[in-house]
Amino acid sequence: MLSGGLIVSVSFAYLLLLFAVAYFGDRRADQGRSIIANPWTYALSLAVYCTAWTYFGSVGRAASGGVWFLPIYLGPTLGFALSWLVILKMIRIAKTYRITSIADFIASRYGKSHLLGGLVSIIAVVGTVPYIALQLKAISSGYALLIGEHDAAYRSIHAGSWLQDSTLYIALLLAVFTVLFGTRHLDATERHEGMVAAIAFESVVKLVAFLAVGLFVTYGLFDGFGDIFARAYADADLAGLFTLDGAGGSYGGWFALTLLAMLSVIFLPRQFQVTVVENVNEQHLRRATWLFPAYLLAINVFVLPIALGGLLLFGQGAVDPDTFVLTLPLVHGQKWLALLAFVGGLSASTGMVIVETIALSTMVCNDLVMPLLLRLSRFKQAASPDLTGLLLAIRRGAILLVLLLGYVYFRLAGEAYALVAIGLISFAAVAQFAPAMLGGMYWRGGTREGALAGLAGGFLLWTYTLLLPSFAKSGWLDPAFLEHGLFGLAWLKPEQLFGLQGLDNISHALFWSMAANIGCYVLVSVLRSPTGQEASQATLFVDVFRRGQTAMPASFWRGSAEVSDLLPLVARFLGTRRAMDAFNDYARTRGVAHVQELKADAGLVHFAETLLAGAIGSASARVMVSSVVQEEPLGLDEVMNILDEASQVRAYSHQLEEKSRALQAATDELRRANEQLKELDRLKDDFMSSVTHELRTPLTSIRAFSEMLHDDPRIDLAERTRFLGIIVSETARLTRLVNQVLDMAKIESGHAEWHNTDIDMRQLVEHAVGTTAQLFRDRGAAVELSLPDAVPLLRADHDRMVQVMLNLLSNAAKFVPAGEGRVKVALTHGGGELRVDVADNGPGIPPESAAVIFEKFRQGGDQRSRPQGTGLGLPISKQIVEHFGGRLWVTSSPGEGATFSFVLPLAEGAAESAAAAHNEIE
Amino acid sequence: MRRGLAGQRLVAAFLAGTLLFNYPVLSLFDRLETAFGLPLLYVYVFAAWAVLIALIAWVVERGAR
Repeated sequence: MLSGGLIVSVSFAYLLLLFAVAYFGDRRADQGRSIIANPWTYALSLAVYCTAWTYFGSVGRAASGGVWFLPIYLGPTLGFALSWLVILKMIRIAKTYRITSIADFIASRYGKSHLLGGLVSIIAVVGTVPYIALQLKAISSGYALLIGEHDAAYRSIHAGSWLQDSTLYIALLLAVFTVLFGTRHLDATERHEGMVAAIAFESVVKLVAFLAVGLFVTYGLFDGFGDIFARAYADADLAGLFTLDGAGGSYGGWFALTLLAMLSVIFLPRQFQVTVVENVNEQHLRRATWLFPAYLLAINVFVLPIALGGLLLFGQGAVDPDTFVLTLPLVHGQKWLALLAFVGGLSASTGMVIVETIALSTMVCNDLVMPLLLRLSRFKQAASPDLTGLLLAIRRGAILLVLLLGYVYFRLAGEAYALVAIGLISFAAVAQFAPAMLGGMYWRGGTREGALAGLAGGFLLWTYTLLLPSFAKSGWLDPAFLEHGLFGLAWLKPEQLFGLQGLDNISHALFWSMAANIGCYVLVSVLRSPTGQEASQATLFVDVFRRGQTAMPASFWRGSAEVSDLLPLVARFLGTRRAMDAFNDYARTRGVAHVQELKADAGLVHFAETLLAGAIGSASARVMVSSVVQEEPLGLDEVMNILDEASQVRAYSHQLEEKSRALQAATDELRRANEQLKELDRLKDDFMSSVTHELRTPLTSIRAFSEMLHDDPRIDLAERTRFLGIIVSETARLTRLVNQVLDMAKIESGHAEWHNTDIDMRQLVEHAVGTTAQLFRDRGAAVELSLPDAVPLLRADHDRMVQVMLNLLSNAAKFVPAGEGRVKVALTHGGGELRVDVADNGPGIPPESAAVIFEKFRQGGDQRSRPQGTGLGLPISKQIVEHFGGRLWVTSSPGEGATFSFVLPLAEGAAESAAAAHNEIE
Repeated sequence: MRRGLAGQRLVAAFLAGTLLFNYPVLSLFDRLETAFGLPLLYVYVFAAWAVLIALIAWVVERGAR
């Protein structure tokens, strides 16, 4: 037992710390150095999902249902796996159109309807006020437990009078906090940096406190997980908690709970507030996608151990399991741990209450109070020039009202079932937003009436199958209608509607309310086609990723307006200074110096309306703007025409882009072709100059000797004969050169004639070596011939192949050193190829020339040592070998001779015949 | 990442999670047995949950680079 004063002062200190964190957050935000602009803070603020219902209630659920507390946390994990598809789109829509609450989101999507916004706000308030009451109850009973105001089963005893009840003061304190940080000023984006910082801080506190209690129970009171579970196994009553069945549930119920939690984590007003409205940067969602589920995992690890530990130590039914987190440390003398656990619970409750009331106050102000005010004609005619004070007052009033409503519900309900079960009942209420929200984001056909019918139908069935039975179980209604159905009609039994049995009450209610909701939404929507307003909003929402930020919405507006009307209108709700700032910024982006020079076009009207929407909701903003501008309402046809035009423009620009890409590709291709042509042209020039050079050399010597013979008749016969001999050989060389040039040209142009026959390369090589034998004898070189016994026949032109062999052999003969030359000629076959190597022991070819000797007129060796030859032999040989699909190459290193090799592929089937020939010989 | 591979991977992770946390896969582990001295169902749900979170973390943090 702790003293009340201590607990109160610790709680106050904690709340003061929270004030400090929030104040610091707001200060830093004003200085432009936000402390919440990082994914960690964002993910932690999402953990506002874990309320007192998690903190205390999970243990309670686990004590009676084993693993059945888990679907509430598995659902959000699954939901967040899809966050990058769904939540990101919601964030983008909300940011683009300044949407600040779920009510505003739905109202704006279905043609900025006041009625729809109001209905959503009512559902949200009805569904979540009891949930706020639950948080207050958690704080109150925690406090009562710690100071010892409890019965033997640790159930708290409430103070008699309302004024003596500390919970009232807690509620008021929370209202003050929320007013201070939730409605400090009117911001067009409705973001509260200080509040988010405080929420993130609270998430850390509650996690640390819960883990501390978990560690104490698991390792302090027991010998770790194994010990707790082993002892629970020994107990026949507790062992049932370890299976789904034993804990009294079905797989269908499990699925329904997971689905419910998955929807809640997106559509609970407080989750929408922190996830969508308070989001600083879309990229933060990325890390939150796994960090938030990881937080949920961490806070749940010790739930079952604490529950089992409590049941083992206290015995079943002796103590309310919802209080185990506090009573286990308390009973075992750990006062400070109990105090820490209480602070953890306090942070879980206050976090939820603060965010929820802010979200609800925005809805109540923008979607319930404003529309009513706008209906008053007196109000419309601008009684007061500045309404910001009024707006803030409405918000603050709404916060106070919501909290007091929560408190009243808490006082009335007490320990009733209606309060204990409210967690899931509340989840089922907000799940009703899912069809209208998701449908609105992905389906263009939804209409205002469809959304209204869906929400109303779903809400009605939720009330009948879940809320009223919970009242009946609390004793506030005659339980007869629960057992016998309304008016005694059995098929109207709220928990077995139309006789549906076999489902637990949550699954049953979820099924019927969703069936009614989705059914009405779709069926009523398809009764008529959307109006122009609905169609344009549908396009803006569904295609939010495809459009520019503001370019498109403006085109859905036609009419005339005056800057002098719009500016004062915005100033009425945002304050003169803020409105001027915003308009000045807008003027700058339009490249205009003064606001007065702005053209009051569709863009400006849309800008003003969006600004207003942030402050008073989109539906009210629409009404206000239309009151000062003359506009023509757009019919569906006109909206469709605008959309068609836009999509045609997009299609044209797409086509243009494609064409320009194609043109670019064509240009590149042409450029490449041109480069190639230039290169070929240069090669041709080189070739021409080489040819003429090569032709001139023999011509010069022919001419010189001819002139000598012509000019000097006294030359003796021997000399004459020698000169004539030279002339004859040079003429022959000239002829050979011309022939080879022609040959080369023919091969290159593909006009050469090929006479293919089956050739035995053995014979061909022998023949070629025989033909050149005299050449080698003249050089004093030895030829070594290495031939296999048999080679397959090759299909090729015999004369051409002889030409190649002769060329390689005469090359070798030219380069071997005189007198001691050794030339090895080898023929091998294998791998479907025939290979011929001609190796000499000449000076070799330096690596840098190895590549060029196959080019025309590029002989090996330097100019002086350059032997006789046309420089076309190797290029022609290469062309011939390549014509038959082979390769010709040289391997050489200077000083060690050169080896010219070529391979020729054998035709299909030739390899077998070779093998056959081989076998015959053996 | 919205249209890219990471988005598809997240949808795949969602489908895998839906499969793992529901009937009939869940029923395979819904038995009164122990694993490492802990209840089988408890161990399975937490292990599958942790793996799923790790998988999602891998996908989104990889895409962030």
